[in-house]
Formats: sequence, C-alpha cells, structure tokens
Amino acid sequence: MVFSQSRAEWFGNSRGDLLSGLVVALALIPEAIAFSIIAGVDPKVGLYASFSIAVIIAFTGGRPGMISAATGAMALLMVSLVKEHGLQYLFATTIVTGVLQVIAGVLKLGRVMRFVSRSVMTGFVNALAILIFLAQLPELRDVSWQTYPMVAAGLAIIYLFPRVTKAIPSPLVCIVVLTIVSVALGLDLRTVKDMGELPSSLPMFLIPNIPFNLETLGIILPYAVPLAVVGLLESLLTASIVDDLTDTKSDKSRECAGQGIANIATGFLGGMAGCAMIGQSVINVKSGGRGRLSALVAGTVLIVLVVGLGDAVGRIPMPALVAVMIMVSIGTFSWASIKNLRTHPLSSSIAMLATVIVVVATHNLALGVLLGVLLSGIFFAWKISQIFQVQSTISDDGRVRTYQVHGQVFFASADAFGDAFDLQEALDRVVIDVRHAHFWDISAIAALDKVVLKFRREGATVELIGMNDASATIVDRLAIHDKVDGLDLVPGH
Amino acid sequence: MVPGTRRASAATRLGVGVELLYAIDRPLEGGEAIDRSGRMTVDMAEATLEEFARLSEERSRLAQAQGRLILDQAASWVRAAGVETVRERLVFGGLVDNLRDHEVDARLIVVGKRGEAENQAAAHLGSNLERVVRASHHPVLIVPPEQRPLRRFVVAYDGGPSSTKVIDILTQEPLLLDAECHLLMVSAADAEHRSRLAAATARLRDAGYSVNEVLTPGQADKVILATVRDTDADLLVMGAYGHARIRTLIIGSTTTALLRASMVPVLVVR
Repeated sequence: MVFSQSRAEWFGNSRGDLLSGLVVALALIPEAIAFSIIAGVDPKVGLYASFSIAVIIAFTGGRPGMISAATGAMALLMVSLVKEHGLQYLFATTIVTGVLQVIAGVLKLGRVMRFVSRSVMTGFVNALAILIFLAQLPELRDVSWQTYPMVAAGLAIIYLFPRVTKAIPSPLVCIVVLTIVSVALGLDLRTVKDMGELPSSLPMFLIPNIPFNLETLGIILPYAVPLAVVGLLESLLTASIVDDLTDTKSDKSRECAGQGIANIATGFLGGMAGCAMIGQSVINVKSGGRGRLSALVAGTVLIVLVVGLGDAVGRIPMPALVAVMIMVSIGTFSWASIKNLRTHPLSSSIAMLATVIVVVATHNLALGVLLGVLLSGIFFAWKISQIFQVQSTISDDGRVRTYQVHGQVFFASADAFGDAFDLQEALDRVVIDVRHAHFWDISAIAALDKVVLKFRREGATVELIGMNDASATIVDRLAIHDKVDGLDLVPGH
Repeated sequence: MVPGTRRASAATRLGVGVELLYAIDRPLEGGEAIDRSGRMTVDMAEATLEEFARLSEERSRLAQAQGRLILDQAASWVRAAGVETVRERLVFGGLVDNLRDHEVDARLIVVGKRGEAENQAAAHLGSNLERVVRASHHPVLIVPPEQRPLRRFVVAYDGGPSSTKVIDILTQEPLLLDAECHLLMVSAADAEHRSRLAAATARLRDAGYSVNEVLTPGQADKVILATVRDTDADLLVMGAYGHARIRTLIIGSTTTALLRASMVPVLVVR
C-alpha cells in the first residue's frame, strides 16, 4: 500500500505537476532573490535554499502538492543574526532549526497547532504581508527616479497581463520585460548583481565554519527556536490550506520532520532556513499541481534556470523584483480580515490585531503568535466562565435550600461560584447539586471548599450531589472538606 | 462493477447478504479552472477554494447520480438471483482505501477482472485489481466477464503460510463444498512434499470435499494454468503474494501472472 500510495503521490498527476512545477519555479526565482535581500545575504543563499528545500521536501514532506522554499517569514527572523554574526552562523542555525523541527515531528508536536486560532493565523499572514511590503521600502529610497515608473509598469504587467493570457506567469513577463527595457535603454537602476553573488554552480556540501562550543549554541538557539516554530506554523497553516483546496488529507507529523530534514540538508548546502509558502502553494494548486513531482520540478527547474541564465538573472533590475514582492505582499494579506473586523467577535479581532501589531513592532513572527495564542486562551477562558449559573430553591419549611450549579467552574468563574451562595440564611441543611457543573482546577476546588466550610460554620449540614466523574476525580485529589473530619458532614458523597 | 449473478451465487452458497460498494474516485479539479498566471491575488486561498468548490460541486453530483444508477442496477440483478439482504454503498475516494474500511465484517470480496476500459488491452488487469488483492485481508474472488457454472476447481497449494490459509478457509466456508476439488502442488515429487500434500488432502476430505491429488514439477504459473485447462476447472483457488514485495518487484509475482492469464474466476486468499 505504502508503495502504491506514494506512486500515486508522485506520478498520479504527472502532466499537471510538470506544468505547475514550471510555473512555480519561475515564480520562486524572484522571491528567493528578494528574501535573500531581506535576510541580508547574497541571492545565492536564498536560491540554493529554495532549490534544496523544494527538492528534498518533495521526498520527505507530508503534504504532496505543497511548495516549500526560502520564505519571507523565515528571512525576517534571521536579519540580526546575519548582521551580527555572519553567514556561517546562519548555516549552522539552519541546521539546528531543522533538528528542532525533526524533533517536533517525531514528538508529533504539530498537534499543538490547534491552539493557534484562526484569528492568530490571520494576524500572522497579515503581519507577514506588511513586513514583506516594508522590506521593499529601502529599495524605493535614495534611488534614481526611473525606479518609480518601472515599479508601476511592473505592477501593471503583473495585474493586467493575466487578462491577455493565463497560460504563462505574469510575474515572469514583468521581469523579462523590465529587464529588457532596462538593458536596452541603459537605465540607471540597481540590479540583482549589485545585491550580491549569484549561483554559478550547483550547491556544494559544506560544514559551517564556526567554533563548536556552548557559546556558539547560545548564539544560535535564540534564533533557531523561533525559526523552527514559525517554519512549522507557516507550513502547517499552508498544509491545511492545501488540504482544503485539494480536498485531501496530509500527514502533519511527517511534514514537520520532513521540513526539518530539508532544513538540515539546506544548512549543509549553504542555504538559509525555509518553510512552506502559502502563496506559492496556492499558485501550484491553482496551476494544476497536486503531487510530489510538482515540488521536485519546481526546485530542479529553479536551479537549472538560475545557473544556466546566471548572467541574465544578474541583470534583473530591482524595480522588477520590488513589483513582484508588492504583489506577494498584497496577495498574502487577508483583505477580508479588514472587512471582518466589523462582523467578527471583538475578542478575535483583538487577538488578530495584537498579533499584527506585535509582529510589526518586533519583526518577530514567533512573538506575535505567542501573544495571539495567549490572548485567545484568555478570551476563551473568559467566555467559558460566562457559561455558569447557580439557581436555588428553598424547602417549604424554610430549613433546606437546594442550590443547582450549572456550567464550568474554574479559575475564571471561581469567584462567581463563591458569590452565588447566600451565607446569611440560617439553614439546617444545604444541598449543592452539581450534576450540571464541572470542577476543573484547584481554584474551583478551593471555592467549593470555602462554601462548604462556611455553611458548616453556620451550622448547616452540607450535601453534595451529582459530582460527575471528572469533577469527582479532581475533587478527590485536591479537596479538603471531605477529608478532615468532614466525612460525616457530607453524606452522600 | 461486478457481474451480479456470480456474486449472487456465491452469496446464496455462503448464506450471507451482499454489500455492493461503488467508489467514486474523485477526479482532479477540472482543466478549465487551471490558472497558470502565477499571480498572487487578493485573498487567494479563499477565492481559489470557492472557485474549486463551485467547479467540483456539479461534477460530484453527476458522479453520485451515476454511482447510484450502477448500484441500483447491480442490486436488482443480485436480488433477482435470490439474495435477500442487499446493501448498497456509495463512497468517495479510491476503491482500495474504502475496501479496507468496509471489509471488516465481510467474508468474501468479489471484484470484476477488468473495469470499464476492459477492451483496451486484453491481457492487462483492471487498474484496481492487484491493489485490492494486496490490500484485502479477506478472500477475494476475481471474476472475468464470462459466466460458467461451478463444477470443478483447482487449488494451487505450495505448503506455505498463505496456501495453508487457503485450506483453512476452504474447511471453514461452505462456498465450494459441492464442487470437485483438484489439489495441485507444483514441486518435485519428494517425500516431504508428498506428505504435506497428503496432509492438506486429508484436511479437505475431513471437511467433506471430494479431492483429487496432483503433484507436478515445473514452473508454477504454467503448470497451474495447464492443470486448470486440462481438468476443465471452473475456478482457481490460491494463496496470494507469498513473497516479499521487493522480490516481487524484481522477478515478478506468480499471483499477478496467474490473475492476468487465468480465463476462469480466481479465488485469492491472503
């Protein structure tokens, strides 16, 4: 089965995969160069990374049809590492990132992803789009005037050319046309060549030239951990998007480990850490790609083109790349989320906006997601604590009061629980019916203890009924009222 | 998907109901949706998803209607052949994956030798067949389009674990009890093989079969096919895929060769 399944994953859609892989390869080249520039490394580093990640993940990944390569999210996280410690440390960090991701895959940590809510994910992609856009601004500052009409022309081609034909990638047309125009007219524009070295051969195996000691690890880990987290986050987000688009399932744990393996190999080949790309994956699916072959073709064609056309690639004017990246940031941004601000619950909007603000302020996607997850958790606890209600009835003789507790009792609703009982009333017996309640934590237990003990001090007998099993477990483990000489006072429990 | 009467005769013999399974293997989203502009559009994931949903909605509905028609037709055949309990089951996805989910309480799985495109390449097997046989944990009956009553059958026995399973199944299930059995072992006629064959014969006879022992040396698939032809058997029973997959990959599999070449129904036991 495994064999025939993987044969289907590879060759089930060969024609579609070949063509879409080609489209993706062409779309990847400008992005890989642009992301290298964001990270502050030679274009070669991003191009090698895109090649090796795309090719390796075709074999190791858990989501056929998804495209992984050097990405903006990852590039943004490595800027200061490159600036302060240099390229060799980036390679080592890439390897460590991969190792962490393999561990996450083996431990099946992909499941933790469920704590990242939709709002936080939206915040994540919005922040990513904003950062990619902001990263283009330096290319528009202190440049010759010709840059601006070129960027505008580039955007016009990208957005209008598909009206002519959808058979060839419009970003490619933009790059080819602008390159020809700039060379022909001899325009005074910065080119890719000015930004650093381009690949002249296939990547070669290298061991990062760094001291192997704890100090190095101390430098690397603070970068590798967020890189691993953000990489997995974007990959799993992309995987679920591709799952939805193709109406098929993916193996998330395999994807985590597969990405780790790709990153480890990429570090040794002189590339930067990468992950799945939302935009390219959607483009791949939209262009007819479904199988593993598409990623393999994309990576292979990319390196062949770049090495083969090295000179031409070097002449691409920066405004063409800027136009492509503006398209990428516009395409990545969830514009619907702005419209949704009005209709979505305030709490999810706040989580989304907080994620965006923190990421844009710190340039660290991991921090923003962390805050978003925390906020979502707090908002959720707050909402659930509202699902709590205490009703009571008194017996005809006025001696016995029955309290009925409904809902979830935990740290956020423990106070409300305590306040719901009337301790001023003199009663013989108090019945607390918790059949429809659930006690979750020690705050809830403490609140219950307090109520029981207070009633006892007032001289009432307290009877607890209907503790469900889960509540009973935590009550048994933690509560004191029925252990310290309280047994005879809580009959029925 | 399957000639109904064959299925039905097996069912009446086993005294069980029949479940008809039709898997709609979903095709890729249509060609007209393909956009190779490589352009990232605003809210592309949502927009693309909606477009795909719109395009596949109608197609799925048609595929479902077609599947229902096929199942209804098959069910009426099966009922006409005297089976009372007939369940129809229409599912999405590959036949093989679905079979694994549905076969848990099945006693016998029946598949047609070749599917809709059967006339294209006469010696080729249906695209699902080998995968069904490999995936299934239950006996699989592979039927060619031609029908014939069951009078004699050949059991290909090699003494290995899967052919021991064949004997187990035959002694447990009443399916073939009133047909004449030719128990064939393809190997050199030495004492060890002889005693193994005799043991299997004894087990079958105890179960009430009339058994004809045959021990012939030679190349397994050729001898088996020749025996089927010479005895004018109506069914071949065999264990399946006794060898490691890697060996099969390199030198080919007797099972697959037999499935391909056999002109009579084949009952495969794993």
